[in-house]
Amino acid sequence: MSRSSDLAIRTRGLRKVFGGKVAVRNLTLDVPRGEVFGFLGPNGAGKSTSVKMLLGLVFSTSGEAQILGRPVGDVKTRRQIGFLPEHFRFYDWLTPTELLKLHARLYGMSHAKLRERIPLLLDQVGLTPHRDKRLRDFSKGMLQRIGLAQALLNEPDLIFLDEPTSGLDPVGRRLVRDIIKAQRDRGATVLLNSHLLGEVEVTCDRVAFIKDGEVIETHELNLEIEEQTTISIRAANVTAETANALSQWSPSVRTEGERLTLSLSSGAVVPEIVRYLVAHGVNVYAVTPQRPSLEERFLEIVGTDGGL
Amino acid sequence: MGVWIMAGVTLREAARKKMLWMALAAGGAFLILFGTGLHFQAKDFAAHGISPVLRREISFTMVTVGLYAVDLLAVLMTILTSIDTLSGEIASGTIQAIATKPLPRWQLLLGKWFGFCGMLTAYIAIMVGGVNVETYAIAGVTARHLIHGLSLMWMESVVLLSVTFAFATYFSTLTTGVLTLGLHGLAFLGGWIEQFGAITQTQSAVTVGVIASVLMPSEALWRRAAFEMQSPLANAMRISPFSSLSVPSTAMVLYAALYLVVALMIAIRHFSRRDL
Repeated sequence: MSRSSDLAIRTRGLRKVFGGKVAVRNLTLDVPRGEVFGFLGPNGAGKSTSVKMLLGLVFSTSGEAQILGRPVGDVKTRRQIGFLPEHFRFYDWLTPTELLKLHARLYGMSHAKLRERIPLLLDQVGLTPHRDKRLRDFSKGMLQRIGLAQALLNEPDLIFLDEPTSGLDPVGRRLVRDIIKAQRDRGATVLLNSHLLGEVEVTCDRVAFIKDGEVIETHELNLEIEEQTTISIRAANVTAETANALSQWSPSVRTEGERLTLSLSSGAVVPEIVRYLVAHGVNVYAVTPQRPSLEERFLEIVGTDGGL
Repeated sequence: MGVWIMAGVTLREAARKKMLWMALAAGGAFLILFGTGLHFQAKDFAAHGISPVLRREISFTMVTVGLYAVDLLAVLMTILTSIDTLSGEIASGTIQAIATKPLPRWQLLLGKWFGFCGMLTAYIAIMVGGVNVETYAIAGVTARHLIHGLSLMWMESVVLLSVTFAFATYFSTLTTGVLTLGLHGLAFLGGWIEQFGAITQTQSAVTVGVIASVLMPSEALWRRAAFEMQSPLANAMRISPFSSLSVPSTAMVLYAALYLVVALMIAIRHFSRRDL
């Protein structure tokens, strides 16, 4: 069990009721520091409300939550937090440079730091050529990019990204993925709230499926092959004898054309299997760990009606 | 520190969005109109050989007329420029990027409040100053107890600003505007009922006016300001529609100060506790 200090986010029985409507029923969550954590769920599952509670924008009805080891709402802790709201909007009479300067001053950043960070971030999100334009002349995607820059301004330890790729073209989406990866490499924790399952799958270490304001399941995405139980091998020249011999490693061997599917108790035996196949004249083209796609799991959990 | 950053942003917003410049342009147009009227009036006085005492009293009344118009403009500007700053930003989500920064919410709200106070102070000072410069240059008179009257007019705007902020933490932009203007309208009507009650010596009408001022003391502050700035003769003779026959007391001014502080405290308290 993780100690509180190792966790970037820790919630216990967090609940939010708006009037008579339960938005978040019982959110219990541990997100270790340094992890890219995905929040998945159908519309109205309580994802955005949960994020807002963690940021202190919305007050919980009951339960408790800690961010970076401090209670939610602690003003000093906010120096270490970055946040990109869904559909980022800001004073449209500002230029991107002015917007970042304002946010840097609110973070209490020094002028020297501000002068160093602002051009860097504008460059990172591809807005350097537009730095003197007013935000009112920005497209949705450009607003999302400047929103992302302000979320990274203070080199935060914990970053909340609420639908960060909303309004972005494929180049922009790639940019977001690269930025998230860079943040993870820096040691930051990222909480990613996104509807795009493919994006979550390639970006996150772990995801939580949320339905009706409750975490239904958490799912590891960065499992190494050692933990996989099924692998698929694309190979040619597999004789029936060679295929049968694979039963020494796998209780279930299925052959379909050039594809072998093996259930393994441990992924550690994969090199041994490959060596055996090559030694018996088999041409091995690919070894792929099998796991149900996030989309399949998502549909299993929330149903095909998307929870509506 | 966060308070002054937000105050600065609010002032810059007013300047960038041209609202301050448009209000000043409208005020400038009013001053030109007022000065033109004064000029022709002064020429007419000279042509008809009106006595200096009467000329002076009419000029004093003209000062009050000018200041009354400025007061009306200041009231409208206060409400119309500030109704959207909180409720609008809450509704659009703009406030989320600021409210998650390391500054307590009370600093965010107070910073905006100070920003608007700065804008209103500049506007009222320029407009009241403009009216008095014109009347002094053309007719040789200025308002009596100018600073005192100016302070009361400023306080009226700040009371309305604080009430607007308090409502804006609860309601949408439109509802906030309707409520604040409605409350000020109530005080305005109450003030006239009180005046007529004083003329006809109907105590119950005066009481209705006082109750309206308790509910919203903005209009009472203007009537006190008019009393302070009007000539003693005009006040005594009740020759001007702007003379206060039932003058709001010092206690009412102190009550208005308390009202302002309470409205601001309600705004801060509710804004700090509400969901954004």
